[in-house]
Amino acid sequence: MGTTVLIVDDSKLARIVLGKTIAALQPDWTRVEAGNADEAIAAFDAQAIDVAVLDYNMPGRDGLALAEELRERFPTMPIAVATANVQDEIISRARAANATFIAKPVTEEGMRGFLSGAALRLRSAAQ
Amino acid sequence: MTTQSILLDDLERDALTELVNIGVSRAAANLRKMVGEQVLLSVPAVEVVTREGATTLIRERESGELVAVRQDFAGVFSGRALLIFPQSNSMALVHAVTGGALSVADAADMEDEALAETGNVVLNSCLATMANMLQRPLTMSLPEVIRGDGSKLFHLSPETSDGGVVLFLYINFAVNDRDIRGYIAMLMDLPSLHALKGLIADFIERVVGDA
Repeated sequence: MGTTVLIVDDSKLARIVLGKTIAALQPDWTRVEAGNADEAIAAFDAQAIDVAVLDYNMPGRDGLALAEELRERFPTMPIAVATANVQDEIISRARAANATFIAKPVTEEGMRGFLSGAALRLRSAAQ
Repeated sequence: MTTQSILLDDLERDALTELVNIGVSRAAANLRKMVGEQVLLSVPAVEVVTREGATTLIRERESGELVAVRQDFAGVFSGRALLIFPQSNSMALVHAVTGGALSVADAADMEDEALAETGNVVLNSCLATMANMLQRPLTMSLPEVIRGDGSKLFHLSPETSDGGVVLFLYINFAVNDRDIRGYIAMLMDLPSLHALKGLIADFIERVVGDA
């Protein structure tokens, strides 16, 4: 089974940038997109998703609320929250949900650690 | 068809919103360091409106006197950035950024200075982040504290011949557990919006590339 990553961001441009960065680092992964938290939940109901990358500041539920919700449902899924909002509370809430914090603007450097860690976890879980 | 849809297409508007979002998120992180409490942000709103329209947007939300820290910026595009909050929140903000180190009288004496410095940090981090992402330098004027209603805050000078239409960006912020809230706002006139549109197109080209 291949790996599917869900990209959740209200900005289409940000989804393109995230998708491009993920494609450069993990070209074999299948990428699916959602524009808000509700669409993200619908995507999880519709298909198997292995990894989630969430924007923080979105209309409706924000990325941290979504991360907390997903964490309850998927205790081991690799989740990242991307934001330029590097406030201590936001970073520690991401950490409490066992989500990786990724700084925006997103770069390959910034994404590499999360994606390779996620790939490793998924491989070892599959064995 | 609105003026806005003529001026910016969907992806350009999306890109501008994302740029502003990243800029104000950095600004919020810096404000958090100053006030010692989490700063909550709304999602940015980007509108093309008349100056009166911008004034109305704020006045609908704020009936009382406002205080603002204003910095004008100039470069390939130019305009005005404002940190705005109700006058009634002003002293609470001064106390928060001075960490309660000042007496009430000293804090009152320091009010404008503390506001100007807070505005300077917040607005500079926002604008500098946007300038870096657009790869064009912006120069920032010194912060100035102004008081009054929206029409005074949003009056760009000199008067231009664009019928008073401006690009108006605003974000609500609130400081957790303190009675402090307000807006970060940016105004640009039409010639600047055209220049910005070009830079946004370049930015999209750079980040999207051949994806």
